[in-house]
Amino acid sequence: MPITPASRPAGPTLGGPNGLAAHTHTGAKRTAGVASHLHPLASAAVDDHPVPTAKNELWKFAPLRRLRGLHADAEFSVGGLTATWDAVDGADVRVVSGAAAKGLKGVSDYLPTDRTTARLMEANPDTLLIDVPAGATIAEPITVTLDGGDASITEAAHVLVRLGDHARATVVLREQGSATVTHLVEFSVGDGADLNVATIADWAADTVQLAHHHIAVGRDATIKHSVLTFGGEVVRTAVDVDYRGPGGNVELLGLYFADAGQYLEHRIFVDHTFPNCRSEVLYKGALQGEHARTAWVGDVLIRSTAEGTDSYEMNRNLLLTDGSRADSVPNLEIETGEIIKAAHASATGRFDDDHLFYLQSRGISPEVAKRLVVRGFFHEVLHKVGIDQVIEHITETVERELAITGY
Amino acid sequence: MARLEISDLHVSVVTDETTKEILRGVNLTVDSGETHAIMGPNGSGKSTLAYSLAGHPKYKVTSGSVTLDGQDVLAMTVDERARAGLFLAMQYPVEIPGVTTSNFLRTAATAVRGQAPGVRQWLGEVKGEMELLQMDPDFAQRSVNEGFSGGEKKRHEILQMSLLKPRIAIMDETDSGLDIDALKVVSEGVNRYKQNSADAGEAVGVLLITHYTRILRYIKPDFVHVFVAGQVAESGGSELAEELEANGYVRFTGQAALA
Repeated sequence: MPITPASRPAGPTLGGPNGLAAHTHTGAKRTAGVASHLHPLASAAVDDHPVPTAKNELWKFAPLRRLRGLHADAEFSVGGLTATWDAVDGADVRVVSGAAAKGLKGVSDYLPTDRTTARLMEANPDTLLIDVPAGATIAEPITVTLDGGDASITEAAHVLVRLGDHARATVVLREQGSATVTHLVEFSVGDGADLNVATIADWAADTVQLAHHHIAVGRDATIKHSVLTFGGEVVRTAVDVDYRGPGGNVELLGLYFADAGQYLEHRIFVDHTFPNCRSEVLYKGALQGEHARTAWVGDVLIRSTAEGTDSYEMNRNLLLTDGSRADSVPNLEIETGEIIKAAHASATGRFDDDHLFYLQSRGISPEVAKRLVVRGFFHEVLHKVGIDQVIEHITETVERELAITGY
Repeated sequence: MARLEISDLHVSVVTDETTKEILRGVNLTVDSGETHAIMGPNGSGKSTLAYSLAGHPKYKVTSGSVTLDGQDVLAMTVDERARAGLFLAMQYPVEIPGVTTSNFLRTAATAVRGQAPGVRQWLGEVKGEMELLQMDPDFAQRSVNEGFSGGEKKRHEILQMSLLKPRIAIMDETDSGLDIDALKVVSEGVNRYKQNSADAGEAVGVLLITHYTRILRYIKPDFVHVFVAGQVAESGGSELAEELEANGYVRFTGQAALA
């Protein structure tokens, strides 16, 4: 990149739980046994990933012409992004460069599924490493801010959040400023570990971001992962979940708010390979203004080996004005009937008339009823995020957004 | 004294393709302190009457009038009707995600009373009513009706009635789907509000819509009306409910078919 560290952690540097051993990938894999347009080839080789067109199922909603070539071959440069953080006792946060950074790419057993992340891996930008050693419990949120200084600089960025076995931590990634960035965020979460992480995309209006989050879930690990997307011209975030053993418990939460001209896309893929794992996906979005656009595509795959799976995915979109459009596609692929639950649902619309009638029938004016319902819409997700500073910040952001349309 | 007067009310339900008349000239007067039971078979239009009085947009009043103390109820918006003193306990209360019950109740009380109740007094009031209805205090922090059982939803409706203190309360099949214990708790809640409102100077008028006679063992009606094919087919006292208990609606549905 490099991600320029503007402040260094004050505490002593801790060694990572897994060291910085080189991590190489050879060959390519396709999601075994499932022939589906939803599972592209996973390969480190850039040439295995042709430049996507609108005909490609995974890119059909995205405004390719507005991506500044990030999806294709825009050359990566450095110097646009700055990372800052405050030292937190017990956590090792630092920027790793060169060969050591190469070894940190793909630590979550990630193989690129598109051209932009394959190019990112090849370019080997610096890695912002957030390391929590095995057994450590860190109560205070580890907050890292990525600040973009210049949208004319096209950049690749890599973040690795690594929790050793039985570690517990809360991580907040705040993104702001102007940037044109391809982003790979890996989460390697050890056995029995507990991670609560929230990513807040508060980008300036000229930012284009293609983000890919890959979450490797250790045996019996618990992960809460929230994506809160509010700023940016075009922001596309893909979240992939892979289990590394039985008993993993993952909650994926998302909130987004698209204003006039904004395009926000979220793609979720949860791959249940092990028995007795749980996944719960709840994404909600609001749209207001001309050409506000969002897309949400969820996919939960329950393989024949994943008996006892308990899964749920839900997306809801609230259209606050005319002229906005939300696409929502929840997919579910099941290869075994021996499961606890596999539910999926999606809904997009205006205010629910029955909600408004109920509130008004208790004397509440239509204006106040709408205010209650729209705040409730966000609150349902937000109160689950479970990080006070994030809830407070997003509540303020939502109020600012709603003021635009007068709610 | 409050008086709800329904005169020759005709109501149609409008769907995408068709308009269908459901209420065909309803006449009914409910005064303060009176409890009127409206009984009728499925599809007779009982719930349409309830929703029409509350002002649900799905139902179109094509003719007739509804007044509360002479004021034109049909000219009022849904929230204005509630603030004028009408309350509808719904058969299927909706779930509203993310809106906490405590916030909802306080917002509603503020709207109906015209000013925000004092915090300490309000908390005491809610707590007291919830105890009487045997509701878990945790309900206040849960989203409105979300994850509530059928019985919990109905208790929540009665809780709202107790707090919003309507002049006329319409209970739309509040008894349906309740086990006997929940039915007793809910009935006691209605009777308690009848007594409390009487003690406060103006007894509530109750319009109790039900399919079954069971609830009438706990809430004693002053009048019983048999509702068939969108009209009041016959009115009487509690002896009419006893007849329905014994013979069902056959006599009335037969009449309706001839008419």
